[in-house]
Amino acid sequence: MKQNTPIIYLDYNSTTPIDNRVLETMILYLNPNFANASSSHKFGLESNQAVFEARKKIANLISAEDNEIVFTSGATESINLAVKGIALANLDKGKHIITLQTEHKAGLDVCNFLATIGFEIEFLPVESDGILDISRLKKAIREDTILISIMYANNEIGVIQPIEQIAKIAKENNILFFSDATQAFAKIPINVKELGIDALAFSGHKFYAPKGIGGLFIKKGVKCQALLHGGGHERGLRSGTLNVPAIVALGKACEIAQAEMSQTQTYVEELRNFLEQELLKINGTRVNGSQIHRLFNTTNIQFENIDGDALIKALDYICVSKGSACTSVSVEPSHVLKAIGLSDDEAYQSIRFSLGKYNKKAELEETIEKIKLIITDFRNMLF
Amino acid sequence: MKVYLDNAATTPLAKEVLEAMLPYMQDYYGNPSSIHAHGRQTRAAIELARKKIAQLLNTSPSEIFFTSGGTEADNFAICSSIDTFGLRRAITSPLEHHAVLHTLEYLQKTGKIQLDYVEIDAQGNLNYEHLEELLKNNSPALVSLMHANNEIGNLYDIERIGELVKAHQGIYHCDTVQTVGYYTHDLQNLKTDFIVGAGHKFHGPKGVGFMYMNAQSKIHPLIHGGAQERNMRGGTENLYGIIGLAKALELAYENMAATRTHLEGLKKYMIEKLQTNFENIRFNGMSGDMDKSIYRVLNVSFPPSEDSDMVLFNLDINGVSASGGSACSSGSDVGSHVLRALKPEMNRAAVRFSFSKYNTQAEIDYVIEKLLELYPKPVLQS
Repeated sequence: MKQNTPIIYLDYNSTTPIDNRVLETMILYLNPNFANASSSHKFGLESNQAVFEARKKIANLISAEDNEIVFTSGATESINLAVKGIALANLDKGKHIITLQTEHKAGLDVCNFLATIGFEIEFLPVESDGILDISRLKKAIREDTILISIMYANNEIGVIQPIEQIAKIAKENNILFFSDATQAFAKIPINVKELGIDALAFSGHKFYAPKGIGGLFIKKGVKCQALLHGGGHERGLRSGTLNVPAIVALGKACEIAQAEMSQTQTYVEELRNFLEQELLKINGTRVNGSQIHRLFNTTNIQFENIDGDALIKALDYICVSKGSACTSVSVEPSHVLKAIGLSDDEAYQSIRFSLGKYNKKAELEETIEKIKLIITDFRNMLF
Repeated sequence: MKVYLDNAATTPLAKEVLEAMLPYMQDYYGNPSSIHAHGRQTRAAIELARKKIAQLLNTSPSEIFFTSGGTEADNFAICSSIDTFGLRRAITSPLEHHAVLHTLEYLQKTGKIQLDYVEIDAQGNLNYEHLEELLKNNSPALVSLMHANNEIGNLYDIERIGELVKAHQGIYHCDTVQTVGYYTHDLQNLKTDFIVGAGHKFHGPKGVGFMYMNAQSKIHPLIHGGAQERNMRGGTENLYGIIGLAKALELAYENMAATRTHLEGLKKYMIEKLQTNFENIRFNGMSGDMDKSIYRVLNVSFPPSEDSDMVLFNLDINGVSASGGSACSSGSDVGSHVLRALKPEMNRAAVRFSFSKYNTQAEIDYVIEKLLELYPKPVLQS
């Protein structure tokens, strides 16, 4: 990746740069191979073939069948399609849906919308480490529960939910299980077949593929209603001209992720641990959420008596975030941090660092130094 | 020789557009919703793109919403306006794109609306009196009638439709996917509540489009989650797509007159060549009429032949990409719903040729030459 700005980017959970290898593959399908994948001429069939191959790579990464992958414009659309589509297609079985208080805004908004049209939503709390206590899920299940929607890994604190157990309980109770895997997909191994997940959402721009493309795994036989109607693309589940270049890019990014997953994990985890350990040496800092069941690239740290916004501003060319970018314009404290028991003040004093494969140790050293200086400054002003 | 004459399905991405997109694919990748420097940069770029598009369409940036393409924009406008305004009726025509028809049929099937179709004639012309009757007789309706048909190229009088709809307190959604970038849309003066555009129809990228929503007709979101697009459309913005979309529209407006002259020339030339070389050639819909059809679509009805199914196939073998109808239904093997609605004669092959600024007269000559090989004179004169 070309970097001509001095920016230190530690916000990979928000979005990632495109991998050069992904971009190179993609550009060919922007031009000259621009044909509509639904066209029946040879030129169109070439695009269709490229889509076919990309679909295979994506399915392969999560051990799904090719025809269980539906392309969308991103995870938000996938979540809308899965949660609304499954809810509306399974009305005959009930109107009760179970989800978590700590879901991404997209999941929460969709559930809140469903509540306005007659569905009953149970927003389960999580424990202070951010993880769901399975017994709460068991207790929440009712006769008319049709769907459990629980994210794979949290975008703000990185904690990974007990997906295997959730899937098992869902299956035992004949309830469909959807997981928003936007943050986990292509980062950690996911085997939808073994886990027994019914639907799973993902987004390209979280793993070095472009923005504006994502997908939904939906298990064969799961009833789901389309959100976008039209030409009948994607087996009628998602109409609209296929975004061929972005789909090809998504396939390439999955192929790279599969080949390099463990080495990326080792590399990034070491950097994250280094950053975390050094920052924890500063007085009045602590990690939000579980440090055990957590994505290898994320750490969410609370800096006592330091305003998060002021810290982000002072960090200037070092890009970090308060929490989800999708809600960053909001002045409300993070709903995730509140759900794990933080006060408003504590939530406002927390910063998310999310790392990626292009980070260098020197960048983290610089970040640590800068944070130490800023905090000393702030605290001197205070006392 | 390779000749691409399927530009109504999708167009090649313009080099200038790719150049505008590349920096945002390589260097400026921040999430536009992030508050740090990287995010603020890309946020500014998106808002500039929105402003540019709004200026070209003579409207306010606050009325432009980015989507994943034309289909989403159509679904958004239709589903959400029915829902928001509590409309119980919709009026459309059997010639609309499936993104409109199937969406309305879905709403009808679920019992949300009663759906009426405006009468059309064998050339695909709308019966405007019938539209008025439908509007008069009942409660306010959503009217979804396109600007130009994607298969037969018919141009419709959207000013007249707008007047009629507004005289009866209806909501007017106009699928303008085929005309955005080829005709000017003066949204301050058009009586449309919603129009839509898709980048890849005018040399922009796939996977991005927009919906114009008149500020007086504010609707609920279709895709929930996140505060993007002023709470109207959740999801991280397709940054490079949006940059490409705005650049492509800007280019289209800059060169509109020249493109029009060039494409009208090609279309006229092809009509003449077909008429002089083939007996009994016809044009589906109004596409043979330069004034009543969009200048980039020509839908040819070839003389009756046993091998009518083979025309498209043989053209393809000879490197000519054209279409039997809309690409969106290709492969489903049910034929074109538009041509079916016009009740054409059997055994006449229908081929849609659709042009772009990159096509040349030499390419048309090549297509004619190949067609002459497929249709030897004796068969013609029988």
